[in-house]
Amino acid sequence: MTLRSVLPLVAMLWVWVLPAHAVATHPAVSVTASHAWIRLLPGTLPAGGYVTLHNAGDKSLVLTGASSPDYQSIMLHRSILANGMSRMVMIKQLKLPAHATIKLAPGGYHLMLMQAMRTIHVGDTVPVVLHFANGGQLHVNFKARPANAH
Amino acid sequence: MTASIFFRPRRIILTSLLLLSCAAVLALGGCSSSQPKLTWKLDTSVRGHLPDLAFHLTDDNGMAVTARDYLGKVNIVYFGYTHCPDVCPLTLTHLHMALQKLGPLANDARVLFVSVDPARDTPAVMHNYVTAFGKRIVGLTGTEAQIRTLAKRYRVAFSRGPSNGHGGYEVNHSSAIYIFGDKGHIQLLATPADTFTEVAHDLRQLIQQEHAS
Repeated sequence: MTLRSVLPLVAMLWVWVLPAHAVATHPAVSVTASHAWIRLLPGTLPAGGYVTLHNAGDKSLVLTGASSPDYQSIMLHRSILANGMSRMVMIKQLKLPAHATIKLAPGGYHLMLMQAMRTIHVGDTVPVVLHFANGGQLHVNFKARPANAH
Repeated sequence: MTASIFFRPRRIILTSLLLLSCAAVLALGGCSSSQPKLTWKLDTSVRGHLPDLAFHLTDDNGMAVTARDYLGKVNIVYFGYTHCPDVCPLTLTHLHMALQKLGPLANDARVLFVSVDPARDTPAVMHNYVTAFGKRIVGLTGTEAQIRTLAKRYRVAFSRGPSNGHGGYEVNHSSAIYIFGDKGHIQLLATPADTFTEVAHDLRQLIQQEHAS
């Protein structure tokens, strides 16, 4: 790989990393995160968390959960619209195939962040750790946005 | 085969009647040709097939209300619950955006967000929730019986799921959005899959139609 071929990749990573401040720790996970945000709801209501994950590696990875010092617990969920019904189901794990991009986005896969440990305001940064089946972790900063963000 | 031979004379009569009525419709259409035919993006097949808007509930200010209190505007009725962090906020955001797209016409429409989780959705919780989305959204809650009565009226299904292990639970619910004219007659059916542009298009048309009538 020449320096010239690597440069655009480095630039891309920089773009991904900058808004989300994503830094990999533990066993390396070849995942980058972008567009990480939380839909803040009033009072003690659970919030929805969204992020775009890209697995740049040659091996598939499995997302098994998430945690944050700002929330007591975080669950991995999927909203399903079928037969005129809206359902929310818990997801034990989410596979990120090699070189694939998976979007956790409104109306589909999302994080459900429960019981905030502090008052979170619109514009705040919420640090979230994404946990992978191989023991790897990805630290991603989520931006708190208002209820009617889109 | 025998049945078709038996019914043949009657079929001729029926066909003639059908042709006659088509001609009548065409003639009428010709008379009102100055009115362009409206095309709708949402489902109009519900017209005349669902009862008028009626309910006894409590609004997000804690006041007992009935459907009559909301006549005079187009009402967009959506069932959901506040502990729903994904689809309900997404749908309410889309409805809010659709109303914003209407400009001043939005004054003639509102969203009625009806809780299917009255155990947790008190008027105060509903108030904080709906005001976070926009000023034209009213939160409605009530007793379990009141909600069931309204849900049954519009064939809305909802069921409480098992505990999620964190002291909470989810509620599965119909995702339909019911749009009523200003006299409380059902006009349109939308789903969260319809874009806010489509919803805005039909709302604009409906409001203008209601103004003209």
